[in-house]
Amino acid sequence: MAVEKRNVSVTANGQACSAEVEPRKLLVHYLRDDLGLTGTHVGCDTSQCGACTVMVDGDIVKSCTTLAVQADGSEITTVEGLGTANDLHPMQQSFWEEHGLQCGYCTPGVMIAALGLLKENPNPTEEEIREGLEGVICRCTGYQFIISAIQKAATIIQESGIDLNSQQLVGEGTHNE
Amino acid sequence: MIPVTFDYVRAESVNEAIQQLKDSDGEGKVLAGGHSLLPLMKMRLTEPQVLIDITGIDALKEVRKEGDRLIVGALNTHREVSIHPDIKEHIPLVAETARQIGDIQIRNKGTMGGNIVHADSAADLPAAAFVLDAEVLITNEFGEQAMGIDSFILGPLITMMPEDSIVTGVSFQIPPTHTKSTYLKYFHPASGYPVVGVAAVAGTDSNGNIDFVRVGITGAGDVAFRATSVEEELLGKAPSEAVIKEASKLAADDGEMGSDLFASPEYRENLCKVYTERALKSILL
Ligand SMILES: Cc1cc2nc3c(=O)[nH]c(=O)nc-3n(C[C@H](O)[C@H](O)[C@H](O)COP(=O)(O)OP(=O)(O)OC[C@H]3O[C@@H](n4cnc5c(N)ncnc54)[C@H](O)[C@@H]3O)c2cc1C
Ligand code: FES
Ligand code: FES
Repeated sequence: MAVEKRNVSVTANGQACSAEVEPRKLLVHYLRDDLGLTGTHVGCDTSQCGACTVMVDGDIVKSCTTLAVQADGSEITTVEGLGTANDLHPMQQSFWEEHGLQCGYCTPGVMIAALGLLKENPNPTEEEIREGLEGVICRCTGYQFIISAIQKAATIIQESGIDLNSQQLVGEGTHNE
Repeated sequence: MIPVTFDYVRAESVNEAIQQLKDSDGEGKVLAGGHSLLPLMKMRLTEPQVLIDITGIDALKEVRKEGDRLIVGALNTHREVSIHPDIKEHIPLVAETARQIGDIQIRNKGTMGGNIVHADSAADLPAAAFVLDAEVLITNEFGEQAMGIDSFILGPLITMMPEDSIVTGVSFQIPPTHTKSTYLKYFHPASGYPVVGVAAVAGTDSNGNIDFVRVGITGAGDVAFRATSVEEELLGKAPSEAVIKEASKLAADDGEMGSDLFASPEYRENLCKVYTERALKSILL
């Protein structure tokens, strides 16, 4: 069956982007292959592991279980939208300082999921963080350091008054100075 | 994994969605949260030729009270259901159940309507739906109808859904105000779906005797069921550890226990009893 391609336009990490894609293209492939945002990984490809987690209009979702066409017109935040190598977002800084990653494959999804959690609950207990991570799987760390990293990030974010509900997280990684 | 090629349209209204379904000649499927449909399509277990995205139809997001019923629009996500003030006030069992579905990402996308229409034998919401005498509200070109949940869900992934129809919402009976409710779930450690999930509502009269009790069980077999034997055993009695334990022994009597690699029928039967006992104790003692 020949199917017309669709224009899918999104605001990704604050930038207007668009591409012509088949309706069957998954959001994660649109982000990686069409927009070049390869920070978002495919882990299980079966909606389980959360490596592909991105924020769509402020909600964390698994981009391997979302069609690109469904996301047309939305605002998307991926790991690239957090900070840069020279100007890390507090979440990235904390993962670094607390050793919240080993191989790093799960990390982009975990950090976005963690930001989704902090948006709802800026000051979570350890228990709440563990629960908040139910949608992501890490095969390396054993989670303990991830939890410490998120606790640290929560503190920094609160102390510096960063508003996670302003959709655009880009360039807010000012912790480094 | 990439699904087979299909076309994609967005529906702006229920009528438009129905028309698009008709136009597809049986080859179209409604897309809500996509968290049951897309995994199936990615595995190529289903190959619809057109997806009709209904998520832009605001009318399907309503939550409203009608008499002793609360109607939850089909498009409310599990997350929205778990935090909606009217749902928490009138049918807290449904909010508590939705809160235990999948994980945050799943709850952000999956919807009430999709969960019921998909009719997974291990879906969580059917337990609450059976307990609260839910009716599935269905609209097609011939009009609207309300179908009781027990006649709607026929088997695993099998429903009485008429062709070219949209589920607009699910109507739950609001239980008497003196009752309490809970949903207890034994999570499958890998998938997060319930191996057995028990929804219970119960309350006592001014003499301390049980005057209202409902128990619904999902996950144990092909379809969710009401554990009416437990209910009959308890009605009129004063709740105690012993009374609840005795009645809970009947928890598996009204359903067929399923069997798979993870859990044998005997194990599921035991889970039904244990989880029913725990649920009833937590609300009655
Ligand atoms: C990893 C994972 C874990 C999960 N864990 C759980 C769990 O623990 N418990 C649980 O209960 N569920 C679980 N789910 C399923 C989840 O709740 C689904 O989102 C839900 O069952 C389907 O809702 P949906 O909105 O995503 O429907 P979709 O996938 O969009 O649709 C499902 C089916 O319903 C039809 N449909 C949807 N809405 C309508 C409507 N309004 N009118 C007519 N037809 C309609 C579609 O055509 C399709 O056939 C899980 C899913 C995943 C991917
Ligand atoms: S790749 Fe999407 S959940 Fe694993
Ligand atoms: S750091 Fe390797 S999977 Fe999480």
